[in-house]
Amino acid sequence: MTRKKIVGLSVAFALLFGTVPAAGAMHIMEGYLPGGMCLLWGAVCLPFLIYGLFVLKKTLAHDRRSITLIAMAGAFIFVISSLKIPSVTASCSHMTGTGLGAILFGPSAVSVLGIIVLIFQAILLAHGGLTSLGANTFSMAIAGPFVSFAIFKACQKLKINKMVAVFLAASLGDLFTYCVTAVQLAVAHPSPDGGIGLAAAKFLGVFAPTQVPLAVVEGILTVVIMIALESYARPELKAIGFEREAA
Amino acid sequence: MSRKNKKLVILLLLIVAVIVVVPVVALPGAEFGGSDDAGSEMVTEVTGQEYEPWYTPVLEQALGGELPGELESLLFCLQTGIGVGVIAFFMGRMVERKKQEAKKAE
Repeated sequence: MTRKKIVGLSVAFALLFGTVPAAGAMHIMEGYLPGGMCLLWGAVCLPFLIYGLFVLKKTLAHDRRSITLIAMAGAFIFVISSLKIPSVTASCSHMTGTGLGAILFGPSAVSVLGIIVLIFQAILLAHGGLTSLGANTFSMAIAGPFVSFAIFKACQKLKINKMVAVFLAASLGDLFTYCVTAVQLAVAHPSPDGGIGLAAAKFLGVFAPTQVPLAVVEGILTVVIMIALESYARPELKAIGFEREAA
Repeated sequence: MSRKNKKLVILLLLIVAVIVVVPVVALPGAEFGGSDDAGSEMVTEVTGQEYEPWYTPVLEQALGGELPGELESLLFCLQTGIGVGVIAFFMGRMVERKKQEAKKAE
């Protein structure tokens, strides 16, 4: 089967299940989504994951050296999403770290890196969960990165300073991940009097104030690592086509 | 790394430190629980009824209970450690490579 066919099939599969509107949020606890929704989110993620694998394979085939940047982008997600940071609401949350990979390799490739981290946390840390893996992958490793990627591209078109673009992409992608989680939870647990809308507003009320300062931190840290990469990894950045102009 | 960038990085890291430390200092005695937990309480509040998770994490099934806090922090450290290790390894190689190249160019 050719690549195109596989991707096409998985898209069809996702459409079959995924007629529900797209939505997202933070790590959803194990067992907190009804079974049907677990399957649905999993199915929606499938085409992104498969396409992401192809993107990674192509990147590697194009230049073997890009493995270092792929590993670093993955490791960045590992580090950033393991740090629980105190926030102004007197609760802790953690960041996603997916912005860097999305900017470097595009959002699909990040979905593969992100699901590795999510599986690690779901199995070993009872954080997130296997049943909610699909929903969490969608919010953290697909929806967030897509927003990051789109913002970064838009900023480049508008000729906004590159580091500002990186900051905006990473922090807004992080925030969007949590918005998606809030909506996912709301769809699964609508409020008896206000329905899904009210429930989404309430869940957002929990996540958003906690997450805003963390999104800023994530944006800053992503900028820091980008500065480091631009200073020392120009050959690799050129190899993946991120840096086209001569160093 | 240019001197300008070095200053910028230091400044940025300082800002991060401030953002992280301020809530801890400003809210003495606060619990700083996970916002995941806040989420599950919210489920109860929004729907007006206690939600019974229909599936418990595999690890908790195997252990017959929750993972002890110390072990959980161990595993979180492991996750951080793997990530930092990979980044530091490649960063170190790249920094050294740039030095070598600069030497050769002389």
